[in-house]
Amino acid sequence: MINSHPIRLLTLACALAAAAILASLLSGSVELSVSDLIRYADGTLDGIEHQVLSELRIPRTAAAFVTGSALALAGVLMQVLLRNPLADPYILGLSGGAAVGALTSIMLGLGGWWLSGSALTGAFVSVVLVFGIASRSGRWSTTHLLLTGVVVSAGWGAMINLMLSTSASTSVQGMLFWLMGDLSQSRISPAAILVLVFGVAFSLSGARTLNVLVRGDLLAASLGVEVTKTRLALFFGASTLTAMAVTLAGSIGFVGLVVPHMLRLLGARDHRLLIPFSVLCGGGFLVIADTLARTLVAPQQLPVGVITALIGVPSFIAILRGTPSR
Amino acid sequence: MTVLMHIEDLTLRTASRTLLTALRVDITSGERWGLLGKNGAGKTTLLHTLANLRLPAEGHITIQGSDLSKLKQREIAQRIGLLFQDQIDALPASVLETALLGRHPHARGRLFDNEADLVSARESLSRLGLLELETREVSSLSGGERQRLALATLLAQKPNLLLLDEPSNHLDLGFQTNLIELLRREVSSEEAAAQDRALVVATHDINLAARLCNKIILLDGKGNARVGATHEVLTRENLSAAYDCDIAKIESEDRTLFYPH
Repeated sequence: MINSHPIRLLTLACALAAAAILASLLSGSVELSVSDLIRYADGTLDGIEHQVLSELRIPRTAAAFVTGSALALAGVLMQVLLRNPLADPYILGLSGGAAVGALTSIMLGLGGWWLSGSALTGAFVSVVLVFGIASRSGRWSTTHLLLTGVVVSAGWGAMINLMLSTSASTSVQGMLFWLMGDLSQSRISPAAILVLVFGVAFSLSGARTLNVLVRGDLLAASLGVEVTKTRLALFFGASTLTAMAVTLAGSIGFVGLVVPHMLRLLGARDHRLLIPFSVLCGGGFLVIADTLARTLVAPQQLPVGVITALIGVPSFIAILRGTPSR
Repeated sequence: MTVLMHIEDLTLRTASRTLLTALRVDITSGERWGLLGKNGAGKTTLLHTLANLRLPAEGHITIQGSDLSKLKQREIAQRIGLLFQDQIDALPASVLETALLGRHPHARGRLFDNEADLVSARESLSRLGLLELETREVSSLSGGERQRLALATLLAQKPNLLLLDEPSNHLDLGFQTNLIELLRREVSSEEAAAQDRALVVATHDINLAARLCNKIILLDGKGNARVGATHEVLTRENLSAAYDCDIAKIESEDRTLFYPH
């Protein structure tokens, strides 16, 4: 289905993403209209509306879109790297490392850039750890890498539980929000946007190679793919994107696993299409989920990770049931 | 006729044993080589080494005068293609998408397939009788159809040297005969001669090798290989020694047949 009209469907995905962004900018405790947005673009909007848009809505919507896009793209790359449909951006333990970093700073009562910095450090430690173990043994086989990731994740999981059970009850709420994924503290930075732009450009330029690589390492090598180099690039590319997303918004589940799969089930299995679709739909999906998270029971905010699962599970099951088994 | 591949003092080892010692072979364009030997003798290992998918313990391989170890994997894939013994299809794909994979080594710097890729893939599919199936899912094909699809992908790759690991797997007798004709034409026709082509077939089917090939490498699995023209190597004594069982030969006016005695 997707093969027949790629351009039209790509336009549709762009429109959906734009609609999600528009809905997010307009909804919230301060009602805004499209004409307010136009006046904002003109520079003629002022007062509370201007402040809400420039200081709250735009940064948060941008953070949600960038995070969702990065997670969906990282999911696609991890699924190719591990040739496993269950792979998600966190499967190699990166979110666990980031969580331990973030929880440490919450325990110490530090917030803001300290929180982001320690999450990034934790993610980086985890990447180095997995890479060190996997390359030390000289075995970059998918199973070996997967097992390394699972074991490292389990280690981080134990540390997270230890921290949760020994922390003061006042900080536990904040920790749980971080663990479930939370965009209310997110600060979008030029660096995050740069990571996403580079990530999309690199993956798209290598999309043809990814199509070959999913058929197996040996076949890919016989068709001219530099397998080890490509797998290393996938590992570091997916890790960087995930680290950026986790630093922005904690470990938001479901986007990275389910968005690429839904698109595959709908027919986009060629990576030249799957990558742009995942970026657009992942971003749009998280923007919608975050809009719901902050408006459903306003003024209280829900953790966005809960919303992604609440929307994601039923829609994924619906698509799964609607697709003829192959 | 020019030397397409030059194999010099090639030694292959696995963790536990030596499969091959100091093999020297020149593969000249137009030649059809058969690679025989019993199970585990190292046929697949040798083919994978010739395709640069694994490194030899010792020795050098050159393709069209260039050292294999100095070429980029893409440059190798433009010259050497390999049909694998088993086809894996992890993710869903259509027949045409699979045949187009063969064009990958030639598509440097292009994100999308061009008209020439499509023409080449469809032509290869039609030569293997798969053109009507081009929109079908690979997972819905029979074993023999998948094997033909793998062959079509290899033909679309248009390598100079075709390495084929058990190409007659899953093929019925009719297609086995077609396969011999097709490979002969691919490598030894007048058209092919201008394109500097040759093939190596690893097979357990001695009769297929006898019909298709004009040169044979017979591995004994202990490090030695007999190399030579088909009629010189495929003798009752050599085969019986290599396969550890008595292999007899009958000759009719146009055919030679081998069978276990």
